[in-house]
Amino acid sequence: MSTSTTLEAPNSGTWDGGNEPLKASYGKLMMWFFLLSDAFTFGAFLIVYGLTRHSHLPYTGDPENFTFSTEWWPIPEKVYNAFPGLHGMDLPLAFVALMTMILILSSVTMVLAVEAGHRMDKNDVQKWLLWTILFGATFLGCQAWEWAHFIAGDGIGMTLSDGTQIIGANLTVNQYGPPLFADLFFFITGFHGLHVFSGFIMLIMIFINTVNGVYHKRGHYEMVEKVGLYWHFVDLVWVFVFTFFYLI
Amino acid sequence: MAMHADHSNDFDQAGDIPKPQTKVIWKTFFILVALTAVEFLFAFTMDAGTLRNAIFIILTIFKAFYIVAEFMHLKHESKALIWSILIPMALVIWLMVALISEGSYYFESVKNYFN
Repeated sequence: MSTSTTLEAPNSGTWDGGNEPLKASYGKLMMWFFLLSDAFTFGAFLIVYGLTRHSHLPYTGDPENFTFSTEWWPIPEKVYNAFPGLHGMDLPLAFVALMTMILILSSVTMVLAVEAGHRMDKNDVQKWLLWTILFGATFLGCQAWEWAHFIAGDGIGMTLSDGTQIIGANLTVNQYGPPLFADLFFFITGFHGLHVFSGFIMLIMIFINTVNGVYHKRGHYEMVEKVGLYWHFVDLVWVFVFTFFYLI
Repeated sequence: MAMHADHSNDFDQAGDIPKPQTKVIWKTFFILVALTAVEFLFAFTMDAGTLRNAIFIILTIFKAFYIVAEFMHLKHESKALIWSILIPMALVIWLMVALISEGSYYFESVKNYFN
């Protein structure tokens, strides 16, 4: 075999590689199919949450008199009711609302960076990427606080029938309900947080490249688009985690 | 030589950058915020139950649509790409129905075993 075949004109027929049915670049297609596989992973996590929740006793009493017990699955509003700096106040879902807003805002600044990339506007790309990095970091900070609070507990805890006091949460016991409740909290929000973190690292990498003019020299900002796809996917997953973990 | 040309290009370009087209982006943002606000409204004013959960799931699907269609630009891609992303998601829906009914069955059988 000689190398002469590679020097021939590019193929242009329908069945010899000349056809481009999806009309998207290789990199974007691969990002889409990676995200599809990632959606399967997150889908499986959330489905396991549904399975576990349906195989536990629901709380059927008056929500006003709700107490934590290993007997039944907790009401999310009663678990996630703390806010940094406002100790002891009952603010159901307030902090998670803030986190949701931060992530949606970061998605908007990301799409603005992609839009600026289409116009080859280097300064705008830099500006919007920096905002996205800032919102991403804020979200990660919020999640760190939420985890710390969830692990440390509210200080009151749960008393078992044999008098044992449980304060806070770990992988084997937690004060909020059945052990699997805390396990799923750690795995699902943790896996999502890991995605936010890797997106944050990628954003810093493309920010440095943008500042150095790498994409400007290349003639297009497609890398910003690809990282943008990933970042929006992280937001998309949060929309589902938010509904199935915090609202329902 | 080439490096030098690229650098001068950076400065020359400032004049002919087109105006940003961000109307659709902000519109999508306000739709997402509004849908989230509606979800909170239902969370605080409605008692928990199947109906409320159904409302949450429908609103979530709307939010997912706007993120995927507008932010991820899938609405503007080719039909073949749209379907090659959406059709495999049907497997997730099948798994969800299968495993959640499995969980309910497990719950019923454990409860009946002890009663």
